[in-house]
Formats: sequence, C-alpha cells, structure tokens
Amino acid sequence: MLFTIQVNNKKIRAEKGETILSALNRNGIIIPTLCRMKDFSPTGACRMCVVEVEGRDRLVTACSQPVEEWMKINTHSPRVLTARKTNVELLLSNHPDDCLYCDKNTNCELQRLAGELNIRERRIRAKKIKPRLDQSSPAIIRELSKCIICGRCVRVCEEVVTATSIDFIYRGSRIHVGPAMDRDFNFSSCINCGQCVLVCPTGALHEKHNISEVQEYLNNPAFMKVIQYSPVVPAGIAEELGVKYSRDFDKTLNSVLRKIGFEKVFASGTGTDLFIREMAEQLKEQVENGRDTIFISACPAWIKYAEQFMPEIIPMLSTVKCPQQITGSLIKTLVADQAGLKPEKIFSVSATPCTAMKFEARRDGMMRKGISDIDSVLTVRELGRLIRLYGIDVTNSDSEQADSPMEGFSSSAALSEITGGLAESIVRSFSYAEYKKEVDKQYFKKIRSGGSFREALIPVEQYQIRVAVIDGLAGLEKLKQSIDAGNKYHLVEVMACPGGCINGAGMPFRNQKDDRKNLAKLIYQADENDAIGLPEKSPVLINLYEKLIKENEEISDKKIFHTHYIKRNVLL
Amino acid sequence: MSADIDTIMKKYRSGKREDMIPLLQEIQDENGYLSEEIIVKIGRFTGLSTTKIYGLATFYDQFRFFPAGRITIKICHGTSCFLNGSQAVINKIREETGLVSGQTSRDGLLSYEIVTCMGGCNHGPLINVNGNYYPGVKPEQIPELLGKLRYILESD
Repeated sequence: MLFTIQVNNKKIRAEKGETILSALNRNGIIIPTLCRMKDFSPTGACRMCVVEVEGRDRLVTACSQPVEEWMKINTHSPRVLTARKTNVELLLSNHPDDCLYCDKNTNCELQRLAGELNIRERRIRAKKIKPRLDQSSPAIIRELSKCIICGRCVRVCEEVVTATSIDFIYRGSRIHVGPAMDRDFNFSSCINCGQCVLVCPTGALHEKHNISEVQEYLNNPAFMKVIQYSPVVPAGIAEELGVKYSRDFDKTLNSVLRKIGFEKVFASGTGTDLFIREMAEQLKEQVENGRDTIFISACPAWIKYAEQFMPEIIPMLSTVKCPQQITGSLIKTLVADQAGLKPEKIFSVSATPCTAMKFEARRDGMMRKGISDIDSVLTVRELGRLIRLYGIDVTNSDSEQADSPMEGFSSSAALSEITGGLAESIVRSFSYAEYKKEVDKQYFKKIRSGGSFREALIPVEQYQIRVAVIDGLAGLEKLKQSIDAGNKYHLVEVMACPGGCINGAGMPFRNQKDDRKNLAKLIYQADENDAIGLPEKSPVLINLYEKLIKENEEISDKKIFHTHYIKRNVLL
Repeated sequence: MSADIDTIMKKYRSGKREDMIPLLQEIQDENGYLSEEIIVKIGRFTGLSTTKIYGLATFYDQFRFFPAGRITIKICHGTSCFLNGSQAVINKIREETGLVSGQTSRDGLLSYEIVTCMGGCNHGPLINVNGNYYPGVKPEQIPELLGKLRYILESD
C-alpha cells in the first residue's frame, strides 16, 4: 500500500512496511549510514542515519524505523546535521590520524563521512587507543586502534560465514573486536575468508600485505620470478585500475606483469582445468562404485571450516589440491626442470581474488622437501598496487600470451570463479571424457542461481548425478537438513564467499554488487561462445596431461596434485 | 568439580541463548571463575560459539576468567564513595599491590576489584574484604590493612 509522507516540506510516496531510509533513498534523498549493511536487518547502532520526525522528541534512526502515514520528516535540519557531525567527531576523537599510511585510504567510509559532513578540525579530543596490532594470521590483520565498533564484521562472521570467530569483547571504553578468550587470529576459528575485510568501513581489518616481499625478490637476480593469476584477476585488476574490462585484457595483463619483472606468467586457470579433470576422475569412480559423497576442495576457507567444524566429513573431502596449489606445484617441478633450475631458485607468486589463499599457501602438505609450491600470494588489490607502483599504463600495453606450459584454460575454468561453476564443470568434464557427450546446460540452471543452498539432478548417460551447491557457508545448515532427511549427493561444492570467488575478499573494495553480476554474466556468455568449453578440449591441458606430466618422472604419478587434511584444534 | 558443572548444565538443558547469563553465574558460583575449559564445555553444550560466550561474559563485570585471590577486596567507586575519596583509596591499593583491578597477584593471595555500589553510601569510602565491610577507609590505612591480611594468610 502506497501513501504520501512529507519530507523536507515536499511530498513523497512511501510504502507501508518499509523503513524511512528505503523510502527516502527511493525518492533520491541520501542519508549517510555506517553500521548498515545491505541484506541485513538494521541495528541502529551507529546513529548516523538519524532524522527528525515532527512530534517526536528524539531523533529517530531512519534505517530501522518503519515509515508511517502521519510522518513529517526533516532529513537535513540543523539539529540532524549537528547530531550526525557530532557522531563522526566522536568516532574521530580517538582515531589515529594516519590516513596517509592506512590501507583503506580513499576507500574509507569514515573518511568519506568526515568529508561529507564537512569536518575540518578535531573538535573533540580523547585518549587514543594504544595501537594493538594483530599480525598473527597469514591472511588478515587486525588493527584495533582503527576500529569504530560498528559491528559489521561481527555480524558477517556470524550470519554469513557462520564461523562466529569474532565478537565484541568487554564493553565501554575497553570494548574491542576479537576472537574467543581475546586470543590472536592464529589461534582462533577464523577461516581467513576475509568477508569481514570487505565490510570493514575503516582500515581496522585488512589483508596481510606481501608486496614488499615480492618487490624484494623482483630485485634479486638469483631467482626466477614467476607469477600465476586466477581467471577472475584480470577483471578485478581492470576494476581496481578503473579500466573497462574485456576478455582481451587478460592478454594485456600478461605484458603488464612482464613489465613489472616477472619472467614467466602463467594462468592458474590451467591448474583449474587440471583440478576439474582430476575431480572428474574422482566423480567417475564415485558414480560407478558408489563411494561416499565428494566435497569439492577448491575453496581454502571452506577447507579450514570443515577441518574445524565438521571433522566427520574430512574423509569425504576431495584430496585434490586447490587450483592455485596445483599450478604452483607444476611450477616448482615441470617449469623448474624446463628452465634447468632448482625449485628453490624459483620465486613463485600467485595473484588471487582470495585472502584465504594466503593461508592455503602455508598449509602443511603444500610444500615438498621444505620448498613451498607458492612463495607469496597477492590479492587483486595488492597486485593493482604493485602495477601502480611500477608505473605501468595498462591502457598502453601490448597483448601477449602467457607462458607455456600453462598459458591457457577452458571456459570451464573461468566458470569455477562463480558459485556452482566448479560442480558444473566437473559434471561436464566427466560426461565428455566418458561418453564424448556434452550435458545440456539447462540442467545446470538450478545450481547457477537460487539461494545459499542449491541442488540439481543431472542426467549423464545411465547415471543421475545429484549435485548440491552451497553459496556462502550459511547454506550448510540446509545441506545438513537435506542429508539428515535421507538425501544423498554425489558431489557437493561449497564456496565460502557468497557468489563465489568473484566476490572474494581480495577483490577491489569500491564495488557495487551489480558490477559483479555483470562480471558473472560476462563469464557465462564467454562460456556459451568459447570454443574451448571443456578442459578436455584445451590444447594446453592435453599437452600437459598427455605429454609433459607423463614424461616427468617426478610428477607422473600425479601425487603432487593431492594433499591431506587434519582435524584442527581451535576454540570453536 | 566437572561433575557439578555437568549437573548445573543439565538444569539448562535446552541450551537457549537467554539462559546463558544464569548458567554462567551458577557455574562461576560453583567454580569461582570461568576457565577456558569451562567456556569450551558450555559452548559444546549449548551449541554456541566460544567467541559468543566469551564476548557475552566479558560484557559483565561480574564474570572472572582466572581464579580470584584468597583475599578479594572490593572497593566501592559509586557516586557517594567517589565523593568521599574512593579514588585515593584505589590509587593506594594499586600502588601497594602493583595490581590492576581484576588482576590476581602471582602468589594467588590477593586480588581486588572496583565495584559501583555496595549499598553503604553513608559509610564511604567503603571496602569489602572477603565479605567483611570496612567503612570510611582512608588511604593511609591501606598498608597496615594489607599487612595484617597477609600475615593472617601466611600464618595459616
């Protein structure tokens, strides 16, 4: 039901049941918000969105107050503006003024609000919080002095990630956000997914930087510098650097990376193809011999989650390493051999849209003889920073191919960056490898979209393959219910970040959700048109599989593509 | 000890979130403090994350996470006691013991905490040592008081 309310002496249409904020936003009036997150229930904690309602003594929070017919609202009266300004001034009163050195500089919501509310001096002074820096995690840094206690990270961790690794500890002036028993992150149940980093309005939570480490090695002539990037990275870099993305940009990125000083540039997508192939083999065995459900092991955040919270499914986790690590292990064996170098003389960098990959690269089982497969992991944001640091104009760079033997990938590999894509690719690959038939894509519609828990029945010859896809770990609850109800699945894909890797915590900050939808659309389109739709059709993978891996004694048994998992003892 | 905690937990067997505070209170009464082990146990029992339980418990001053000293001193810092000079008493105790409110000395003998009101507003500054009230305490009395308490404990 629509009705009219009065806002700033103008009449606007509002709908029964909606909040004041949504009515105002729809009518082109912008109200600043801070603790509010899209798709979450409002908390009204930060009081940034206060408005004046005539007849009410106190200011009301627009984000949580339902709009009512009698309301006369003032959104920018002196009283409202003073209240908002004071709010921000109080937040700034103990804030460290190190914007120049801050990770979130120019992307900071607090900075933006201070600008919008025209705060030009420190009016309120308070005792600064002694900087407490938690650098213990390989992926995420916690800078408590910059935290403004908005609670977004706490809510995301509980409601979206369901790991509930962080909460408010103490209260009043001692309040801070941290894991159980006030430990550091490395002892906590944090799964390094970084969703908290994406929602943090300030620089209180950010990824651990590996740029200086990479720079150091780039200048060291004793090492061969190698970089791999996952299929979604070029799009992420384009977004980060403000260039329009097209598929040709992949090739531009190759030349950009070479300009920085990487001697070899590989596509992690080749590793993804290999991953899909290995998984298809496992699926084949599973379908034919009726093994337990296979849980896809490509998402490192999900793996840590499973090791902590669901140790009973560890035997069902596929042992195949994630694509980044597969590519990494090939670099340290195959590429090292081809170059005639010892593996320790290769410095292998990976660029990913993921923060958990920083953790993954340091996992037990991801190194052989003390040499790790991946030496350093950069997020898309960090790589963007590196490109800017080296002063490279991406609009004025050549198109170059990536390096052999991992220069290209099928569109299935690109698809794996979206939730549901891996499960789809594996079933497709299985069908094509076994029966030389492609599965009708309409069967995958159900797992391409549709909430946090998706399932589909996909016919492949005489088999009916039951696939479940979890988009964001909150969907695991529904999976459990479904399994308890007696449903059995052949293949389960779990993605910790809702939407998949395209919404990973390493992707650029200033995104609108729609941008990523466009990116997903682009990937699906490419999948429709691409000639190389399956790993089996990719000449790069055929060459690797049929020739290079077979010929190399060290890796011909394919053992290096597999790893193991252990139950983790952390405070849950 | 742990058997008692199990019996307490069974009383709250639904493990609902709203039962958490009474559950924590009862367990602390039994055990003296909330250890990590206990918090993990409550987490398993209620199906809540230890992070949430710890976060909730730290919100309230009443919960402790390590054992209190054999002597626990409560110093009132309510409005009336404050006006009567409780800050000076607190400063003196801090100086004498080298402890921060809520901490326990290494030998496990002494701990003190600052509370907001004990209902003796006309007797401020009021302190409470193991259940006994001492009204109108002056800072200069503190060293002697602490010395006496130590002496009693050590001769025990």
